[in-house]
Amino acid sequence: MPAIAVSQLVKTYGSTRALDGFDLRVEPGEVHGFLGPNGAGKSTTIRILLGLLRRDSGDVTVLGGDPWRDAVALHRRLAYVPGDVNLWPNLTGGEVIDLLGSLRGGLDHRRRDDLLERFELDPTKKCRTYSKGNRQKTAIVAALASDVELLVLDEPTSGLDPLMEAVFQDRVRQARTAGTTVLLSSHVLAEVEALCDRVTIVRAGRVVESGTLAELRHLTRVSVAVRTAHPVDRLDAVPGVHDLRADGDTMHLEVDSEHLGAVLRLLADHDIRSLNSAPPSLDELFMRHYGDRPAPATSPAGAR
Amino acid sequence: MNALAGTGRLARLALRRDRITLPVWIAGVTAVGFAVAASVADLYAAESDRLAYAGTTAVSVVARAFNGPVSGASLGSIVVAETFTSLAVLVALMTTFTVVRHTRQNEETGRFELTGSAMVGRHAPLAAALAVAVGADLLIGAGVAAALVGLDLPLPGALAYGAALAGVGVAFAAVAAVTAQIFSTSRAANSAAAIAVGVAFGLRAVGDALGTVDADGLRVTSAWPSWLSPLGWANQVRPFDADHSGLLALPAVFGLLAGTVAAVLVERRDAGTGLVAPRPGPARAGAGLRTATGLAWRLHRGGLLGWAIGLAVLGVAMGAVTDEVDALVGDNAGLADAITQLGGTGGLVDAFLATIMSFVALMVAGYAVQAVLRAYVEEGAGRLEAVAAGAVSRSRWLGGHLACAAGGVLVLLALTGATIGLAYAATVDGTAGVMAETARMTGAALAHAPAVFVLAGVVVAGFGLLPRWSAAIAWTALALCALAGQFGAVLDLPTAVVNASPFSHVRAVPVDEVTAGPLLALLAVAVGLLAVGMVAFRRRDLAL
Repeated sequence: MPAIAVSQLVKTYGSTRALDGFDLRVEPGEVHGFLGPNGAGKSTTIRILLGLLRRDSGDVTVLGGDPWRDAVALHRRLAYVPGDVNLWPNLTGGEVIDLLGSLRGGLDHRRRDDLLERFELDPTKKCRTYSKGNRQKTAIVAALASDVELLVLDEPTSGLDPLMEAVFQDRVRQARTAGTTVLLSSHVLAEVEALCDRVTIVRAGRVVESGTLAELRHLTRVSVAVRTAHPVDRLDAVPGVHDLRADGDTMHLEVDSEHLGAVLRLLADHDIRSLNSAPPSLDELFMRHYGDRPAPATSPAGAR
Repeated sequence: MNALAGTGRLARLALRRDRITLPVWIAGVTAVGFAVAASVADLYAAESDRLAYAGTTAVSVVARAFNGPVSGASLGSIVVAETFTSLAVLVALMTTFTVVRHTRQNEETGRFELTGSAMVGRHAPLAAALAVAVGADLLIGAGVAAALVGLDLPLPGALAYGAALAGVGVAFAAVAAVTAQIFSTSRAANSAAAIAVGVAFGLRAVGDALGTVDADGLRVTSAWPSWLSPLGWANQVRPFDADHSGLLALPAVFGLLAGTVAAVLVERRDAGTGLVAPRPGPARAGAGLRTATGLAWRLHRGGLLGWAIGLAVLGVAMGAVTDEVDALVGDNAGLADAITQLGGTGGLVDAFLATIMSFVALMVAGYAVQAVLRAYVEEGAGRLEAVAAGAVSRSRWLGGHLACAAGGVLVLLALTGATIGLAYAATVDGTAGVMAETARMTGAALAHAPAVFVLAGVVVAGFGLLPRWSAAIAWTALALCALAGQFGAVLDLPTAVVNASPFSHVRAVPVDEVTAGPLLALLAVAVGLLAVGMVAFRRRDLAL
């Protein structure tokens, strides 16, 4: 049974369709990346998963239950870090951590103190005096110190410095080792690449890609810079080659992964003098879906 | 760079933000001044009534403490005695809120970082806030002066009244300018400034209470403590009597001095910090804070304490003047009529007490509205999100806030009733006994609880069904109840309108006996409204 199963989810606000037939499947024990630009529907999805918002239609199951009907019972088994952490200005960080922990059924006090130390958070300070990063840390400590089956993290590292991001990644890996399922919404691609087993990419309320990182990489293009002894004629007409340009005697091109072999064989016939290829990154995948460049006529998903 | 650069732009920004708030304050204070002055002019049309009023208030310690020193028996003097102190306190509070809103609040929320990084001089934010606040004070002064002239009172006295009122504003604008530098939160800065208003009132009350009555028996010369208070200075201008306009220099000089202190403090501190460092708090939550209801209580208790102190002071004051009602009202048939119209026909004292009780019920209803709306404040500020993602049902979360609100209503009603009874019994010899009178007044106050709960139920229903409108619905409902209750008979409102207010269905206790029927009916309505709001809240999206 999946930890989270969403199919054909629709949520509208007036005439805006925030989610438009959205699907998501998170397996138990995996760290699932949830990628998309601002306004794509990530937070709306998460809030429906938590029973804070009502769905208009579609099926949603969280840990085997209905998030709207069984909210209280489910919330005992999950912890949540909101994207925008708002705290009570007159409570201290330590009080908020204990409060949030006990609202979801208690937390591990030793882990709480350990996390406070690792995140360098002073629990005696009033939340009013906390920076955005410290408010974020408060919610993260409260979530990670709880013994739960599912962590729902909505852009948890916005506002954290790189050192704290490293601590956070370390702790999420520990949670996964302990068998916790994690849904991590983000637009920090490096973080998703570092942590996630599988990724779902959402745009305008619909899924555009979903799969393991390896699968998604397979669908992307490889950047190649090559210098050959003999000029290659009509290379731009070869299937799978895109964005060809010459820089002196070096040619820069992008090649669809499934055509890479054929293109390399062609280049080899012209006596390669130097070759540089960059692996496809999630960045590139992201840019291709959301960047300014128009989408190619045959999308990688369609080509498969 | 010029330290005042950008003042004009910041002032325009402040006016844009306050485009509703300030006009409401200005129009509201002017309208209240006009309405009360008009009713006073009506009640004391006869020379004999005015002489009786001035004679009694001059010798009444309580009247001197609350209304200031009376200055003769002209209609203008009586208008001053009946209106000036209340309006001056309102102006002082409005001014301090305005100054803090445009100085410390901007620093606390971080908005100042944006404006302060632009071409804005070091002293520009404070200068802009003071300009806006003092401008509003001058408009209120001009508005009230015009209203008084409109009531055919002499122009010089009206101008002196308006100028004295604006002078109070100037003095407290400067006080708030200083507190906004000292404290790092707008709440602390506002509280400190409000306490300063309270101290000024206290000094003036003591000074006037200790004052001496002149030979003619119609004027009071205040003792020295009044001269330490900006509210006292304003009284000493004595509009419509001596018109000592030269005394207006006192608030002006004080304003300049305190404003200079604030400007020096601006030079000495970093943006965003105060002079009082925030103290560290507990690193762990106590057992009381580990539930949704515990959190609600933590959020409600400070406000409830403030209301309790305020209403207890009011209760003592009201109870203490009750015995003087007979003497004060004396042979003024108009005033006696007004009181019996509101409080019913019993003894004049009981009628007065019943009137007081209906006022107290409305004030506590104000607390109830504020306390129930606290739930909406939590939701709107995004703090509900993390709590609702915990294992807490929505009904339990809302129930915690409502329990605090309902408990607070009962405590405040009982406390106010008890203090009224206690203070009244303490000033009178012939009552049945202090305990009995205290119990009687506590019961009379608590008889209004079901009506307050109905109003709270309206707020809960609004919160469930139309959260975005819940604040507007709540305060409008309270205002309509106040209108129907206090002015229903005077303004000849249709019976249907008057009956729509739950407070119209409470008997005029302690004049009439309490009957269970209407109270149970009100409770049933309250429970019905509560259920509607609860169900609607459970079924809707959270406002995130």
